[in-house]
Amino acid sequence: MDRTLRRKITNSIFVVLCAAATLVALAFLVMILWSLVAKGFGGIDANIFTMTQPAPGSPGGLLNGILGSILMCALGMLLAIVVGILAGTWLAEYGGKTAYGQVVRFLNDVLLSAPSILVGLFVYEILVKPFHGFSGYAGGVALGLLAVPIVTRTTEDMLTLQPNTLREAGMALGAGRGFVIRSIIWKAAGAGLFTGGLLGFARISGETAPLLFTSLGNQFVNLKMSQPMGSLPTTIFQFALSAYDDWQRLAWVGALLIAIAVLAVNIVGRLVARETHRP
Amino acid sequence: MFKTFVAAAGVAGLLASASYAADISGAGATFPAPVYAKWAETYKATTGTGLNYQAIGSGGGIKQIKAKTVDFGASDKPLKPEDLDASGLYQFPTVVGGVVPVVNIPGINAGQIKLTGPMLAAIFYGQVKTWDDPVIAKANPGVKLPSMPITVVHRSDGSGTSFLFTSYLSMKSPAWSSKVGASDSVNWPTGLGGKGNDGVSAFVKQTPGSIGYVEYAYAKQNKMAYVLVQNKNGKYPAPTAEDFAAAAAGAKWAQAPGNYLLLLDQPGANAWPITGATFILVYKNQENAASGQQVLKFFDWAYKNGDGAAAQLDYVPLPLPVKNLIRKQWTTNVTAGGKPVYTGK
Amino acid sequence: MNATTMDSETAPPRETAPGQSELSETIFRGLCFGAATLLMAALAGVVISLAIGGWPAFKQFGFGFFTSSAWNPVTEDYGAAGPIVGTVVTSVLALVIALPLAVGVSVFLVEFCPRNIAKPIAVAVELLAGIPSIVYGMWGLFVLAPWFALHVQLPLMTSTSLPGWFQAMIAGIPNGANIFTASLILAIMILPYMSAVFRELLLTIPSQVREAAYGLGSTNFEVVSKVMIPYVRRGAVGVVMLGLGRALGETMAVTFIIGNSHGFPHSLFDSGSTIASTIANEFAEATSDMHTSALIALGLVLFILTFAVLAIARLLLASEKH
Repeated sequence: MDRTLRRKITNSIFVVLCAAATLVALAFLVMILWSLVAKGFGGIDANIFTMTQPAPGSPGGLLNGILGSILMCALGMLLAIVVGILAGTWLAEYGGKTAYGQVVRFLNDVLLSAPSILVGLFVYEILVKPFHGFSGYAGGVALGLLAVPIVTRTTEDMLTLQPNTLREAGMALGAGRGFVIRSIIWKAAGAGLFTGGLLGFARISGETAPLLFTSLGNQFVNLKMSQPMGSLPTTIFQFALSAYDDWQRLAWVGALLIAIAVLAVNIVGRLVARETHRP
Repeated sequence: MFKTFVAAAGVAGLLASASYAADISGAGATFPAPVYAKWAETYKATTGTGLNYQAIGSGGGIKQIKAKTVDFGASDKPLKPEDLDASGLYQFPTVVGGVVPVVNIPGINAGQIKLTGPMLAAIFYGQVKTWDDPVIAKANPGVKLPSMPITVVHRSDGSGTSFLFTSYLSMKSPAWSSKVGASDSVNWPTGLGGKGNDGVSAFVKQTPGSIGYVEYAYAKQNKMAYVLVQNKNGKYPAPTAEDFAAAAAGAKWAQAPGNYLLLLDQPGANAWPITGATFILVYKNQENAASGQQVLKFFDWAYKNGDGAAAQLDYVPLPLPVKNLIRKQWTTNVTAGGKPVYTGK
Repeated sequence: MNATTMDSETAPPRETAPGQSELSETIFRGLCFGAATLLMAALAGVVISLAIGGWPAFKQFGFGFFTSSAWNPVTEDYGAAGPIVGTVVTSVLALVIALPLAVGVSVFLVEFCPRNIAKPIAVAVELLAGIPSIVYGMWGLFVLAPWFALHVQLPLMTSTSLPGWFQAMIAGIPNGANIFTASLILAIMILPYMSAVFRELLLTIPSQVREAAYGLGSTNFEVVSKVMIPYVRRGAVGVVMLGLGRALGETMAVTFIIGNSHGFPHSLFDSGSTIASTIANEFAEATSDMHTSALIALGLVLFILTFAVLAIARLLLASEKH
């Protein structure tokens, strides 16, 4: 077989395999989303957003979980984005090649694979036990600790791939290094940084175990972060494994809400990014 | 972008100052969580006091009350009197429930198979391996048992349900007692582990020839094929609320130090042999008399008004004599500065 | 052809323009460094609290903790060997399944997909990451497991024409709750993370690089495999770490479907356990101090395991470079 034909065939096989991989991924997505929507969509009504979680047999909704999740995820993402982007920037721009930098990078990956329950235990030891009380703050910190390695990792990877010409151009104009990073490199890597934040949010939006030890949960609406707070994942966890149909249905609704939230953040974020980036 | 962040943080801060914080907090056992939730809902509607109960597991409940992060702990497994004394805790029961063995055998419906305690132990130990084993056939004359291998399904997570079940097996089988023992999490000799009652139900439903054990509410809600278990009187009662109550009625709480009592193999023609109560843990010496009073006030209210809700959710309320005994215990066992925190007034 | 960071020694001397100052430079650099160190402190904190909590178990069992496959809460005899094996096998298997899929998906979206549907498909794949892990667990238990038992396990187990070693590898109860299905669920879970990051990496490749390669007459396959993937090699390592990390620590999705038996799994279709699933299953109810300590010790073992696996992965990928 002559070489050109062989290369063409290899190429065709490759394209087909890539398309097949995408189809497989989409197929799983459809199957899982189908279960989620089939079980959860029918339960969405006004009560979900206006009433707190019920006892079995009573009417109710998921308001306490929704508000609690919003507050704690917001705190967690705030911590993760601030610390993660700065740390990733340090690794990419300043100290990444030093021995200390290697250690930080490696340990970041280790933290990334920490089971969430252990991070929750750690935050319990430092923020719950000494203060004799569960709190939304502790929950937010635990979530932040889980998201930060993802943001750090992605930030470092994205920044490193920005071509040096950008940096050189900025510095040649007389700008300091930090200024160059903030005004040029960060903006150039914007889409990638957003993906890092999104993946971090996706991870923590569904986490249950760490919240059980830090924010505990609360079947009433509570906006005081110094008190135990409810969250969607903990409610889902409790309701999904119960014996009661109405609780199980609420669990699926909650899971669907989380998936929709991640999708919404994804789409809205990209739209906003497109608006602020004039081509 | 940054400005939106600041704005959002500001709104959050504003919101954070408003709240509807609960007045009492408790955590622990998952078994009674639905009925505690129901009671708390009604209690808040009638008295305005909120009770935040979170089901983090009996072990979690015990840990948290010891760490004083909650007002009361809840455990499906009672603490032994030594442990109670060592931590300065007092425990009392609230509701009763039953553990029900369930099977998935083609052609067999609910209540068609009878097993004794020693048989159950032999099955879960892996000694009896097929459904048509002569041991099982002897107790079930006239029932068509297929020659299928038995797949044992147990709990993978620690749970009070497992504690009750393994305690019963230990009681009925010396081999089980010495080789495996009783605990909320044991080294099961054979079988699969399902997560939660839900996981066990799912595995049993999906695996022909399997046997598992679940809380009564799950067996009932999922319409599973339950097994009849022989009780102390030699009869085979059905697992129903009446038969759990029969087990609780015959129990001798007054003679149980520290209220440590498992309602296993209790006497009574209709008594279901695998029954148990769930417990509340509070400190004997209350640092905050007001919160101690709130806790006991809530459970007194539940004793008076909560029976209907409990029955609706497939739990069994305590018999009245037991409730009165517990109330008397409160006056001497839960004090602040030497005085009882709650006397029923 | 990776971008490198700059040396401050070779930068030309500059006058600071209005708006920047030496001070703001130092502050910014200090903040970045501080963030990185905070990260380290957090990790150190986690490891220290695990070591303190797990110490009683290590003292009791010594080195045997790593090799014993016992797990008996009644006699208080604990050993980590079963969960260790389960964790390693499921994570590696999940990565083996997910990595080619992730590369395939991202390459397809960047190179072959029509422009107008590429973005929606990318968003759709990222949506997989947003599904709570408990949903994966439940889907795995109620949908995948029965299907797998019926359509994969039963036919394979009843077919008599398979070689002996293969049969040994697939022995097990046909109900779909085993190491393999758990790995499959894990693979689906880590796929969106890996493909999203990999796609972003591929998108940063300057178009001149790709066009030059195509201009030389290369096929898509050659451009992707010989130019694009090597260009993002360092980031690709990061993608693998990301996937591996998520797989090692994932709890809920695995717990429902792995069957949860503590000993060594005897075959791919046998039930097993992972460190994360064991901790998640038993921690809430563990009442005895030794049980709790054993579980925390297990957590520390996972950290050590992660260290080892990531270090090995790094070494392998680094040696490939030359």
